[in-house]
Amino acid sequence: MTFDVTPSITLVILAAVLVAVGIHLMLERSLTRIVIGLVIASNGVNVLFLVAGGRAGSPPLNEGGSVADMADPLPQAMVLTAIVITLGMSAFLLAMAYRSWQLNGHDEVQDDLEDRRIVRRAARDVIARRVRDDSGATLAEDARVTRDETATDLGAVP
Amino acid sequence: MTWLVPLPVVVPLFAAGLAVVLGRRPRLQRWIATLALLTSLAVAIALIIAVDDGPIVVNVGGWVAPVGIALVIDRLSALMLAVSVAVTLAVLVYSGAQGVADKREGAPVAVYYPTFLVLSAGVSNAFISGDLFNLYVGFEILLAASFVLITLGGTRDRIRAGTIYVVVSLMSSLIFLTAIALIYAATGTVNIAQLGIRLVELDPGLQLVLHLMLLIAFGIKAAVFPLSAWLPDSYPTAPAPVTAVFSGLLTKVGVYAIIRTEVLLFPGGRLDTALLVVALVTMVVGILGAVAQDDVKRMLSFTLLSHIGFMVWGVALSSVTGLSAAVFYVVHHITAQTALFLVAGLIEHLGGTTSLTRLGSLARLAPGLALLYLLAAMNLGGIPPMTGFLGKVGLLQASAEAGTPLAWTLVAGGLVTSLLTLYAVTKAWNMAFWQEAESRRPARPMPASMVGATSGLVAMSLALAVGAGPLVDYTDRAARDLRLRTPYLEAVLPEGQYPTDVYEEAWGSVDGQG
Repeated sequence: MTFDVTPSITLVILAAVLVAVGIHLMLERSLTRIVIGLVIASNGVNVLFLVAGGRAGSPPLNEGGSVADMADPLPQAMVLTAIVITLGMSAFLLAMAYRSWQLNGHDEVQDDLEDRRIVRRAARDVIARRVRDDSGATLAEDARVTRDETATDLGAVP
Repeated sequence: MTWLVPLPVVVPLFAAGLAVVLGRRPRLQRWIATLALLTSLAVAIALIIAVDDGPIVVNVGGWVAPVGIALVIDRLSALMLAVSVAVTLAVLVYSGAQGVADKREGAPVAVYYPTFLVLSAGVSNAFISGDLFNLYVGFEILLAASFVLITLGGTRDRIRAGTIYVVVSLMSSLIFLTAIALIYAATGTVNIAQLGIRLVELDPGLQLVLHLMLLIAFGIKAAVFPLSAWLPDSYPTAPAPVTAVFSGLLTKVGVYAIIRTEVLLFPGGRLDTALLVVALVTMVVGILGAVAQDDVKRMLSFTLLSHIGFMVWGVALSSVTGLSAAVFYVVHHITAQTALFLVAGLIEHLGGTTSLTRLGSLARLAPGLALLYLLAAMNLGGIPPMTGFLGKVGLLQASAEAGTPLAWTLVAGGLVTSLLTLYAVTKAWNMAFWQEAESRRPARPMPASMVGATSGLVAMSLALAVGAGPLVDYTDRAARDLRLRTPYLEAVLPEGQYPTDVYEEAWGSVDGQG
């Protein structure tokens, strides 16, 4: 028995577009956009699962139908699981975005502390030719003052 | 024995539910969690012995292998399971005293124990899964739990660090999920054993794409070099026990998945050269990061990611000795690294900070702690006769056997990394324990359970060194079975579904008798 597994080109294009849009949004700094990007991208991947299942067919549990007419049920089961997981993860991300907004007044992903220090050192070197190597601040202190780099003018850093 | 296999997942999950219900009674929660993990540990040890006769397979729901979801436990997964549960248990006991403990930050203790148990269930699920999609579910369970743990209390630092961790982890899951969809489209199955047969029949170009996608997804989770930048920034801000359990388990689940990919799904070692280079860079870049750090926890995070390189090195040699050394190294590193993070937690508890320039005089305050740190640090650095030394010797030996110029470069890189590890941890030891502290702090009593759990873990790593003979024999047998592939495939698939010539062709004959 042979099965026709040629995927629909519409689904392939749809998956590609969704994933591309999702990844583009995930590269943003705002957590809200990252959440939206994640949801869109994972929906793209879910569509990809439908592609993987081959051509559409009759419901697998419908009694009386022949096996050759049935749709492959396994990708659908996996998509359901993936949807549930994505739901939970996006709920968590949203909560985190809200908490970030509560604490900082914005929900932007902040810089790595180490990066921040390197940028500061570089800025100081340009200005003061290495007067002091380090501010002596600990990472905890750095973390308190760290901000999104897009919001900070490098020259203004003390 | 088959009924034992799902228990390390089911028992912690059930206990987690119970612990949520008892959210207002932390003491009872702690007892439930301890009891659940003790059960898991007993089961895992029983399984280690049981699987020495061959892999055990459970077909969930009674559906036979390629159709249903299979839980498979062989020597590798049984060993990983036992070590991971033992370490989780030690950290649980430790965190009992710490009350997770930073009470000053108002940590919501009620969710701690349930989440911790879910984490353990997720890790176990990943280890016993014989199905790629179930492996993904295991990853998601442990990730969801780790998200909660890393942002515990929702303080500013933890939200900042957690954001990066969460987004990067979700990205890797997305890549993994895409890879599963593509693999299903190409082969029509997600059963790992059946994939082991069908994937090698695919077009080589397609194989390479699928292989790379899986390696990238697992590489992010395992924090292999170009994909590792998230780790040292996100781990140190979490509470000490959380960092400890993450460092011990999460990256190792990634390494475990890489091992499965390399030996079962895509045998033949097409990407070995790439993996060897990546391993070398991971080791060297990671340890250079550690040398530059001024903060105990960050320094340890960098050593963690540096030593992931050692495990990838062993896997990428694709020989029985290399694989055996890699598995041994994973076992060593889980215990040694977690013990060090627990000690770092105690240092923070005593010294009030993790900054090495501010710490000092701890040798006078707590000579016992100094000893614990020294033992764990020397173990990580690879001082004979401890497991770190034995693991590294195994890797050097396997590399010398391979004998290629790249393998010799890795020998050099591995030795340099070991020396620099030693330098980084001894520098920290000097500064934290021996230099004169800026200000004298009053001695704080260390809770007995924290000290007990840390000593227990250090003792466990010493015991592994004493029992290294049988352990190496065990990992050798595990590695031989992994390379042969037949024991795994025969155990999972019904008879007549595994053509013998397929893997002969992919592997050549299996080298090395023991």
